[in-house]
Amino acid sequence: MITATPRKDLLLMGIFTFAVLTMPIWLAPIGASYPDLLQRFAIFGIFAIGFNILFGLTGYLSFGHAAFLGVGSYTAVWSFKLLSMSVVPAVIFGVITSGLFAVVIGYISLRRSGIYFSILTLAFAQMSYNLAYSVLTPITNGETGLQLSLNDPRALDSLVGVAETSGIPPTNFFGIEMSGYSGFYFCAILMIIGFYISMRIFRSPFGMMLRAVKSNSNRMSYTGLNMRPYTLTAFVISGMYAGLAGSLMAVTDPLAGAERMQWTASGEVVLMTILGGVGTLIGPVIGAGVIKYFENIFSAINENVLHGIFDFLPEVLQDGAVAVLSLFVGEGWHLTLGMLFMLIVIFLPGGIVEGFSRIYERIRNKNNSTNGKADAVGSAKVQPGE
Amino acid sequence: MDAFVLQILNGLDKGGSYALIALGLTLIFGTLGVVNFAHGALFMLGAFCAVTLKKILTISKQVKDESITFFDAFKEVPYLEIWFGETGAAIIDYAVPLSILLAIPVMLLVGLAMERGLIRFFYKRTHAEQILVTFGLAIVLQEIVKAFFGANPVPMPPPDLLTGSADIGAAIGLGDSVIYPWWRLTYLLFAAVIIAAVFCFLQFTTFGMVVRAGMQDRETVGLLGINIERRFTIVFGIAAVVSGLAGVMYTPIVPPDYHLGMDFLVLSFVVVVVGGMGSLGGAVTAGFLLGILQSFASMNEVKEILPGIDQIIIFLVAVVILLVRPRGLMGRKGVMES
Repeated sequence: MITATPRKDLLLMGIFTFAVLTMPIWLAPIGASYPDLLQRFAIFGIFAIGFNILFGLTGYLSFGHAAFLGVGSYTAVWSFKLLSMSVVPAVIFGVITSGLFAVVIGYISLRRSGIYFSILTLAFAQMSYNLAYSVLTPITNGETGLQLSLNDPRALDSLVGVAETSGIPPTNFFGIEMSGYSGFYFCAILMIIGFYISMRIFRSPFGMMLRAVKSNSNRMSYTGLNMRPYTLTAFVISGMYAGLAGSLMAVTDPLAGAERMQWTASGEVVLMTILGGVGTLIGPVIGAGVIKYFENIFSAINENVLHGIFDFLPEVLQDGAVAVLSLFVGEGWHLTLGMLFMLIVIFLPGGIVEGFSRIYERIRNKNNSTNGKADAVGSAKVQPGE
Repeated sequence: MDAFVLQILNGLDKGGSYALIALGLTLIFGTLGVVNFAHGALFMLGAFCAVTLKKILTISKQVKDESITFFDAFKEVPYLEIWFGETGAAIIDYAVPLSILLAIPVMLLVGLAMERGLIRFFYKRTHAEQILVTFGLAIVLQEIVKAFFGANPVPMPPPDLLTGSADIGAAIGLGDSVIYPWWRLTYLLFAAVIIAAVFCFLQFTTFGMVVRAGMQDRETVGLLGINIERRFTIVFGIAAVVSGLAGVMYTPIVPPDYHLGMDFLVLSFVVVVVGGMGSLGGAVTAGFLLGILQSFASMNEVKEILPGIDQIIIFLVAVVILLVRPRGLMGRKGVMES
C-alpha cells in the first residue's frame, strides 16, 4: 500500500501525534473524552505497541506479558512508597525492573519456539501470579493489593522538603498532579515516544532481522546467524513497554494488585494486537483503543438502557431483543469479547488495518476499471503497514 | 511413612484429573495437529452437565410441611420423590454418577460440532492462530455457562454412600492416620478405568489401529482409501467425552464454577508438554507424576524449607523439563519440532 520513506514516516508520526493529543476533542462526540478512559487508551496502547514488537516482528506468541505489567505496577508503587511521589523515578524503576525480569524469563523461554514458547511464558506468568498471591505477600500485599499509606517513608520527598500534608499526597510530575487530563497527557506523550521508538525499530536493520526470523527461522540459522540475541532483545524491549504501561497504571491510580498478572490479562493484549493488526505499526494502538472503548460502553449498558433503545418495538419483540442482547452487555461483555476474538481470527487475521487496506484496494480497483485500465499492482497482495 | 502414603494418595486423584484432560488434549494434538485451548472449557462443560442433571432431577413443588403444626409451613419436595418415593430420593442422591449417562452423548455432540464447525477450518493455519481461536472459544463457552448458572460455585455432594472417608491405613496396616475420602478413591478408580478404556480402544480395535496409523502418517493412510478425516472427527468427539467425564466426576471434589476450565487448562497444558507433545502414555504418566509432586510440595515440612513451592512446583518442573528434555518425558521425534 504505502512504501516506507522517511517523509511518509514523518507524516505518519505527525498525524499520529496530532490525533493522540487532540483525542479529548474528537472523542467527545462518542462520549469517550473523559480522562479516566483516555488514560486507559494510552496505557493499553503502550502495552500493545510493545507486545507487537515481539509478536508482530518475530512471531513469538507470548502468553505471559501480563507478568511484566504487574512487575511494573508493583515497582512503581514501591517507588512512591519509599522514594518520592514524583512519577519520574516510578516510571524509570518500573521500566528497569520489568526489563531485568524480561531478561531472565526471556533467556530461558526463548530456548524454545512455537507453542513451547507460549507455554513457557504462560508458566512463568502463572508462577509470578501465584507467588504474588502467596509467599510474596510482604512485597505485594496479596489479595488486598499494594496501596500507599500516610506513614510511608518517601525518602526523597522528605529530603527535598516537600511539605507534609494531611492526606496521602497525589502522584506528581514536577509539581503537576497526575490525575485527570494532565495524567492523560503524561501517558499520551509517553505513548507517542513509544510509538516513535517502535517505528524506528520497524525500519531498522534490527527490525528487518526480526522479520527474517519470523518468516523463516530455519534459513536464518543455516546462514550461520545466532538468532537468540535478536529475539531476546525484542523480548526485553517488549517487556519494558509492558513495564512502562504497568507503572503508568500505578501513576494514574497508585494501587497494584496481582490480578493484573493473571494470564487472561495476557490474553487481552494479544487480542488488542490481533484486532488492530499484527505486525503493523498503528494497528495495536487502534486495537487497544477499540477494545477499551467498547468495554467501557458495553459494560455500562444494562437492561433498562436496552429497553429504552428498543422502545419502538411491540412489547413481545422488545422483551425478546432485550433478553438476547443483555447476554452480551454489562456483565456479559466478556462474551462479546470472546466472540469478537473468534470472528477476527477466523475472518480477518490481519485485523482492522487489513480490513481497511482491503476496502481501500477495492475502491481503487473499481476506479481503475471504470477508467478502463486495470491496475495489476493494485490487486497484488499488500503487506499491511509497510 | 503415614504422611508419605497420604500425600501419594492425595496426589493421585488430582493427577487423575490432570491425566484425563491431558489425555484428551494429546489425542487431539496427535491426530489433528491442533492446539486446543478450549479443552479446559470442555472439562467445565462436563461438570455443568452434572449440575444441569441435578437441577432437572430436583425440580420441586411446594408441599405442606406436616411436621410443623403451629402454622402453615411449606417445604420444597422434588417431583421425583413425590412420584417414586424412596427410589426417587435415591436417584437424586446418585445425581453425579448418573450424569455420566447424560454427559457422554452431550459431550460427544459438543465435540463433533466443535470440530466440524470450527476446528477443521484451522488445520492449515498456524499454531498461533489455532491457539487464539480456541482461546476465544473458551471465553465464549465459559461466559455462556456464567450467563446460565451464575458466577458462584455450585456445590455438588457425592452420593451418601460415598461421603465418608475410607480408613486406608487400617486396611494396609499403617495406622489410623491414613484416611481418604471415598469419593476421591472412586475418582481415582474412575480415571484409571477411563484411561484404560481409551488405551484399549486405540490398541485393540480396528478403528483404533487406523487412528494410530493416521497419527504416524496421515497421508499414506488417506492414500490407502481410508477416510481418515472422519475418524479424526470421531477422535475429537471421544477426547471431548473423556475430559467431560473427568469434569462430571470432579464436581464433588471442587464445586464447579464457570472458570474451572481455565484453571485446569493451564495446568493440563503444562502436563502435556512435560509428558511430551503427542505421546498418550507421556500425558498420563506426567499427569499422575505432577499431581503427586504437587501434593508433596504442599506438605508443611516442605513448605517450611521452601515457602511457596506448592504454588509453583508444576511450572518449575515444566521449565526444567523443557530445557533439559525438549521433547518432554516421552515425546516422539518429529512432533512439533520447530
